[in-house]
Amino acid sequence: MSKSSKTKENLGFEESLKRLEEIVDTLEAGNTPLDESIKLYEEGMTLAKSCMMQLNEAKLKLKKIQRAAGGAIEENDLEL
Amino acid sequence: MQDENLSLFDRQATVPFEDKILTVKDLTRMAKEILEQRFPSVIVEGEISNFKRHMPSGHLYFTLKDDEAQVRVVMWRSDAVRLKFSISDGMKVLVRGRVSLYESRGDFQLYAVNITPAGQGALQLAFEQLKRKLEEEGLFSDEHKKHIPLFPKRIGVVTSLEGAAVRDIASIIERRFPAVEVVIYPVKVQGEGAAEEIACAIDDFNSRPNVDVLIVGRGGGSLEDLWAFNEEIVARSIFNSEIPVISAVGHQVDFTIADFVADVRAATPSAAAELVVPDRTEVLDGLRTLVGKMSTSVGRTTDQLALQLDKLKHHYALRQPISLVEQRLQFVDDLFRRIQTSAEHYIESQDQKMKSIYSHLNALSPSGILRRGYAFVESAGKVVTSARKVEVGQRASIHLHDGILDTQITGKHEQKQ
Repeated sequence: MSKSSKTKENLGFEESLKRLEEIVDTLEAGNTPLDESIKLYEEGMTLAKSCMMQLNEAKLKLKKIQRAAGGAIEENDLEL
Repeated sequence: MQDENLSLFDRQATVPFEDKILTVKDLTRMAKEILEQRFPSVIVEGEISNFKRHMPSGHLYFTLKDDEAQVRVVMWRSDAVRLKFSISDGMKVLVRGRVSLYESRGDFQLYAVNITPAGQGALQLAFEQLKRKLEEEGLFSDEHKKHIPLFPKRIGVVTSLEGAAVRDIASIIERRFPAVEVVIYPVKVQGEGAAEEIACAIDDFNSRPNVDVLIVGRGGGSLEDLWAFNEEIVARSIFNSEIPVISAVGHQVDFTIADFVADVRAATPSAAAELVVPDRTEVLDGLRTLVGKMSTSVGRTTDQLALQLDKLKHHYALRQPISLVEQRLQFVDDLFRRIQTSAEHYIESQDQKMKSIYSHLNALSPSGILRRGYAFVESAGKVVTSARKVEVGQRASIHLHDGILDTQITGKHEQKQ
């Protein structure tokens, strides 16, 4: 898995959580050098933050799909 | 009614035919007319034997018999396609139809319009038959069950826009885990053509697989209402779906064929929504635990290093200026503390935010807002929305949730916007 800080913004929720768990496992194993630990810690915090933000700030998006007259599948916003 | 028919029968039967010489054709034609007039609609109970489905016409032919007698039965394809269950020899049935005579063979026949199993309902039997068939084909077996993703990003829903099911699903997902998109494909869920629409929707989702999981279902109803979910075409589409399918049909007790084929069966649409996404408060708890573990681990590492440095510092052989080492240690310590503080601060602020969101939701009604200690000001019959709209000295009333206070403006402190 890439450790570059550019990719982690784009990780989905599940991947973020998985990576976070990995980091915790690595750190708990206790044989990581200090500078590496700090890096992992920072990465972990960024992941945790972005997950929490997604959970707290996201709003449900509702869409509707249907076949248009020509047979093509269309997707539109939906309100219930 | 019965008597009238009988008299008709008697009158025709007593026409003195013995005076005339009839052709075979005349005789069969007259017999046919009498049979058709006398038995336009009958229901006959018996056992099926010599069953044949003629291909390619699709007409059904069999003999209906009991211990004492038998009669030939024909069912035209146009009627046969409406049968939900399949016919086989030995089956006890009720045949509804009309009686006639097949002139070119002189056979007296029953022309079936509908056939129902004797003893149990047609739908029940059809259900059992299809269940057995698909089970033998392996459509229900565990090895085909797909894994439902833990955190789906897009959730496809195949159901009707009418009825409570779609709203239940949306509102439960919104409450539990709103960081998703719910894509609804509206279909008919009962009546003619419903099964085809449901199957087509599942196929369409698979033709452009941009959802992570599918919920296919409807609210509760009678066996007839739920029937579309017992149709083979729906079962096949669910089985062939590359996207994992959660079935969500009706109330708790009844299983449909769709339930057996689906990767996961939810007892109701609401249950499907509970199942498809995790509860965000649990996930947040999990995140907090992980963050806590990280902090503890890193803290332990820095403590150990500090201890080691401390030992080194007192080592007589270490004659290097110790301040540089100390500075580095200090730097790392600070850095760590900074990150930790910001993390804890963040988590705390998120907690606050959540609480405020929830209380907000609870108090969206005007009276709820007032109950929380807010008030609105009314003057000259209008709600005052700006300090600029009232003058000093003017009378105004303050509305609280349980009463009104009459006041006079004694001063103003306008805020720049």
